[in-house]
Amino acid sequence: MVVKACIDAGAKMMFGYPITPGTEILSHWIREAQTDKSLKYLQTEDEIAAGFCVCGAVLAGEKAFTATAGPGTVLMQDALSMADGMRLPVVVIVVQRGGPSSGTVIYSQQEVNLAIHGGNGEGLRLVYSPSNLSELYEYTRLAFNNAWKYNFPTVVLSDGFLMKTRQLVDLDFKIKNFSAEPIISENTQKNIRNIYTFEEELGEKLAQDKKDFEKMGSEVIKSEVFCGRGQVATCPYFDELIIAHGIVAGAAKEAVDELQKAGKKVGLFRPITLSPFPKDELNKLAKSVKKIFIVESSMGQLRDLVKQNLDAAIEVDGLYKPAEGIEAEEVVKLFE
Amino acid sequence: MDYQDYPNHYKCCMSKEAKFCPGCGYPVVLRFLHAILKEKKLEKKTALGLDIGCSLLAWDLLPINTFQTHHGRVVPTMVGFNRAKPDLLSVALVGDGGAYAIGLQSLLWAAMRNDPVLVIVVNNTVYAMTGGQMAPTTMVEQKTDTSPVGNDQPPVLGPELIRGLSPKAYLARAAVNDVKQLNIYLNKAVEACQLGNFALVEVLSFCPTNWRTKGAETNERVEEMKKVFKIGEF
Repeated sequence: MVVKACIDAGAKMMFGYPITPGTEILSHWIREAQTDKSLKYLQTEDEIAAGFCVCGAVLAGEKAFTATAGPGTVLMQDALSMADGMRLPVVVIVVQRGGPSSGTVIYSQQEVNLAIHGGNGEGLRLVYSPSNLSELYEYTRLAFNNAWKYNFPTVVLSDGFLMKTRQLVDLDFKIKNFSAEPIISENTQKNIRNIYTFEEELGEKLAQDKKDFEKMGSEVIKSEVFCGRGQVATCPYFDELIIAHGIVAGAAKEAVDELQKAGKKVGLFRPITLSPFPKDELNKLAKSVKKIFIVESSMGQLRDLVKQNLDAAIEVDGLYKPAEGIEAEEVVKLFE
Repeated sequence: MDYQDYPNHYKCCMSKEAKFCPGCGYPVVLRFLHAILKEKKLEKKTALGLDIGCSLLAWDLLPINTFQTHHGRVVPTMVGFNRAKPDLLSVALVGDGGAYAIGLQSLLWAAMRNDPVLVIVVNNTVYAMTGGQMAPTTMVEQKTDTSPVGNDQPPVLGPELIRGLSPKAYLARAAVNDVKQLNIYLNKAVEACQLGNFALVEVLSFCPTNWRTKGAETNERVEEMKKVFKIGEF
């Protein structure tokens, strides 16, 4: 699914290093490249090289990307940090795995902090967290478009479970691809730096980056409010709000249905862009809310994002299961 | 020095003041590289990637496309660049630490894959930008900030190491105090790249700031280096 999305987005080049559970993206891309000769690839010596090869290819104007996981995402921060500094439209598919260290390889939402704040800077990255296969397709397409439109490195978060999911998907998603222009070519005479002599120079650059990031936010921020399939009369005025992202939101939706059947005025808020975070959408929804339940396969990485962005002092509780799958029943139990 | 034999090489990029320390060898390398590119009408057809270290100071010296990268990462960046845009000459300028310590893995793999990238390694036997610490090229018994009692490990010999791994690569070692030879090797390296092969020229270079040497001593030091790092093609 990811490979199809990348091809449909106009990506022509993948650099990668095998790491479970993201390896299939590399091997599938290479398989596609055997018949489609416009697709190029290189299995690099490590994730660091993969990331920097993507940076180089992007400078040359190619829609290039890489895919990685866990310890590979850690190594990828070197190149992503250069992309942060030079505003390179680098796209990374992060197939989260349990951590720390080599951890486990199926469920995880533990690479949220790394995806956003893994660099030695301010975390100005576009980060998508799709929750099913069709969204994985859509947001991978959007990742390329928006990376090249706004020039910020972009991460699509997934995990081992979603990566190995097989289901029939109706891909009714049509957008025009944003074209890639070379940053460096025979027609340019540029000197691009990422080191500054004076503190003020860097300060000015970062202020401009932040301004651009906020402008991008007004155009790309995505979130979902799930009112329940039974559509309670109070929607979107909930007493209690579940907040979840990625595949965990699937279980949370089932839980909302169950809880509404039991008479609870509960809904789900799902940030789809984790960075920039849908702050206004959250705060608007939170006005009627008395208690928030965070549900995530991590010890609180989403919770911290929510707390950073929540204006009102609302009680926050949660179900934190790092690197474990979450069932709807467990979410329902939170309300007992 | 034989600069007078290369009036054009010397003048071609004198319009801009180099940001390197007085007596540094980098400007010599860059001016000869630039003269060769100009002569071959490759100024517009070149992308010069810069590692982090003293190499970063070259970021706006030459009237060609340049960009800074990260420490030890200029080679993989130029590999990616070259694969996306093979019609441009991809040049990586890097110090000995960036090339042979933190970046060695990527350097060896670029050479083994015969990626057509020209790597210029400026060898001054120390980490110069950070103040003269021990580098992979620091010679036996050489004292630095981080080898105060003298280094006991033989230095990395880059071209010799790569020779056995990459049969098609063009590999040479020159020195900034023999610009005639430097000019020949850089020319050949550019040509090798244009023919689709990996090329590496290591250049023994001056670092009077960190060596704490004066003119004649600085030159002498390079002559000493030549006893350990053999000049020539490999």
